[in-house]
Amino acid sequence: MAKIGYNDDSAVVIIGSGAGGGTLANELCQKGIKVVVLEAGAMQSNASFINDEWKSFAQLAWLDPRTTSGSFRLAKDFPGLPAWICKTVGGTTTHWAGASLRFQEREFKVRSEYGQLEGANLMDWPLTLKEMEPWYAKAEDKMGVTRTNGIPGLPGNNNFKVMYAGATKLGYKEVHTGNMAINSQPRDGRGRCLQLGFCFQGCKSGAKWSTLYTELPKADATGNLDLRPESHVTRIEHNAAGKVSAVVYFDKDGKEQRQKARIVCVAGNSIETPRLLLLSASDMFKDGLANSSGQVGRNYMRHMTGSVYAAFKDPVHMFRGTTMAGIVRDEAGNDTRRGFVGGYEMETLSLGVPFMAAFLNPGGWGADFTWWMDHYAQLAGMWLVGEDMPRETNRITLNAKVKDKYGSPVANVHFDDHPNDVAMRNHAYTQGERVYEAAGAIRTFRTPPYPSTHNLGTCRMGASASSSVCNAFGQTHDISNLFISDGSQFTTGGAENPTLTIVALAIRQADHIAGQMSRKLI
Amino acid sequence: MQPIRLATADSREPSGSITKPDLPLTRRQFLKGSGILFGTIAITSPLALLAPSSAWALELKVLDTATGNTLLSFGRVLYPHANLPDAVYAILVKDLDAMAASDPEIARQLRDGVQALDQKAGGAFSKAKPETQLTAVKAIEATPFFATVRGKCITSLYDNEMAWAALGYPGESWSKGGYITHGFQDLKWLPAPPESASPPPYMG
Ligand SMILES: Cc1cc2nc3c(=O)[nH]c(=O)nc-3n(C[C@H](O)[C@H](O)[C@H](O)COP(=O)(O)OP(=O)(O)OC[C@H]3O[C@@H](n4cnc5c(N)ncnc54)[C@H](O)[C@@H]3O)c2cc1C
Ligand code: SF4
Repeated sequence: MAKIGYNDDSAVVIIGSGAGGGTLANELCQKGIKVVVLEAGAMQSNASFINDEWKSFAQLAWLDPRTTSGSFRLAKDFPGLPAWICKTVGGTTTHWAGASLRFQEREFKVRSEYGQLEGANLMDWPLTLKEMEPWYAKAEDKMGVTRTNGIPGLPGNNNFKVMYAGATKLGYKEVHTGNMAINSQPRDGRGRCLQLGFCFQGCKSGAKWSTLYTELPKADATGNLDLRPESHVTRIEHNAAGKVSAVVYFDKDGKEQRQKARIVCVAGNSIETPRLLLLSASDMFKDGLANSSGQVGRNYMRHMTGSVYAAFKDPVHMFRGTTMAGIVRDEAGNDTRRGFVGGYEMETLSLGVPFMAAFLNPGGWGADFTWWMDHYAQLAGMWLVGEDMPRETNRITLNAKVKDKYGSPVANVHFDDHPNDVAMRNHAYTQGERVYEAAGAIRTFRTPPYPSTHNLGTCRMGASASSSVCNAFGQTHDISNLFISDGSQFTTGGAENPTLTIVALAIRQADHIAGQMSRKLI
Repeated sequence: MQPIRLATADSREPSGSITKPDLPLTRRQFLKGSGILFGTIAITSPLALLAPSSAWALELKVLDTATGNTLLSFGRVLYPHANLPDAVYAILVKDLDAMAASDPEIARQLRDGVQALDQKAGGAFSKAKPETQLTAVKAIEATPFFATVRGKCITSLYDNEMAWAALGYPGESWSKGGYITHGFQDLKWLPAPPESASPPPYMG
């Protein structure tokens, strides 16, 4: 591990070590650039991961206080837990399920495709699929995505068998075990999936890609990485010229430190990233860093989501095997005859008994609730994930009334579903139920959204500095040596799980940063 | 004191191995708490295997016996599972008692709430007929007491190995080498998908 001095102002400082930050760190280190990674969470390993839902949650999840407002159901069900995000080295790539899909071509230009939609702040990305393709290819190779690079698909588990039978009976054509960043066979020094069924709890076998045991150790091996776990950043500082110059954080002993920086890249996931820019407001940047557009924290997206569980006469044991290796893609296109713009994916999903009790029907009780729990072994499950509409009013703000343990105002997450999201969710619920009915379900249930696992858009990229926070490389319009390196950059959300795109953007950003550094532009 | 060992969710070590911790369900001869609940697990129940003794007792720190029994019955009305023994619902009472011990406000809320349940049931809630119990619970659904107990049920009732065994969830799979050789695709009542959709597993 490199040791970079606090006063060394030649390094790139990355905040967060998840999909965006961990990937960026490795890419820069491979190019010979010195990198400090500041990560609020602690270091775990495959050996320390726990096959137990609540214990693992306590080990990995971000539990610092947050607040909620708005009409979305989460504000009622889980007012203190709007998002399911990790605080650990590797970030949410420890928890994630591994579904790795490219955006579709139209999803980079939805303003042109869908037109002006009332109450939605649609905008085209300053990027096209064509420009992204080479970076997607690099990301798929890096992550070992199944059904790319000659890697076979994963074997389908019982939950997939049910999905496949129902979906094909209904006439769906694109149904398979998905494009997963999970080794179906040994690759890149990691073993194959053991079908443990605890993908959300940190993969103990290491078959699933996570920056914790892929990107970060590779970065470390270059000798250019200084990774500092349990380092919580509270502020980014700038100099008189308006360039960022240092990052203030609390280290693992609770001591305040100041790390000087040549470049700062923020990858704290889409709630903490805008919060940090807002917390760093100064006399020069009164509304927060990189916020001349007023868009920092706005256009918060969380994907249209929901789940359908179905009970069958016979056992399914959906919890056996990979949590999310199963997909139906036929609804992912844009067909406005369905009553909404954009599309959605249907993906297998399973929860254990502890999480099922908490998430099946939050607040539910009585004989109807226990009927579902009593049928646990006979359940099949799917998750619905689709494009939601960015809205300026869906927003991360600082809540001055609630402070975290460092004395900083916490993030408030405000969200109101757009009517398009509601129409899409209802359609997706209906189709999900039809899939299971076609497979012989005796009952089906519509489970409301979980705390948000996909958090996007709060520092969107765009062509114009007046309506977006950063450019097509995640470089903020206002401050040339400040970068956004996570899903906050997303202009719009697409229907696909976001991480492959986050990783592809991080690889592309590293290339850009290295180029600008060597040309002494930053 | 020789505690009866019931495995709970607290027991899984980071290694994935299971050690059975001590639940404060103690043998009957050493009782000194302010309230005490008793129960047995039928020897014929498969769950009896998870408890080395079929008779259990729960010593309460601050709640009295009647309050404990009412809370246990309340838990059963909220989440009625015919095949879960009272020993599982006793975990709820144990957890609520612990909350009451560390927060007098909660202790007060629980005592008052139990009184309200008795009142709505027109006598002892724990001895009332099922329909009367359900009506009484519905009558207090909007209260903070209801929310406290219902919320606690989620982890107390469903995050322990007795409940998992009863509901058909085996918990961790790491120590067994995962499901790759243990039935992850053993469902037989539907046709197997073609290999293009679901390739065979890699077995080395
Ligand atoms: C259960 C679950 C399943 C998922 N499944 C999928 C899937 O199948 N496919 C998919 O594409 N996506 C999935 N996701 C989403 C995926 O995990 C995220 O999209 C991805 O990890 C986001 O990357 P990121 O770099 O933006 O943030 P993260 O990976 O969350 O990393 C952010 C890191 O920044 C750190 N941080 C934040 N603030 C600070 C600060 N002030 N100082 C220091 N450090 C800080 C955090 O501790 C964290 O470690 C899933 C998520 C969950 C929770
Ligand atoms: S099912 Fe596969 S990917 Fe998921 S945790 Fe197990 S080994 Fe890892």
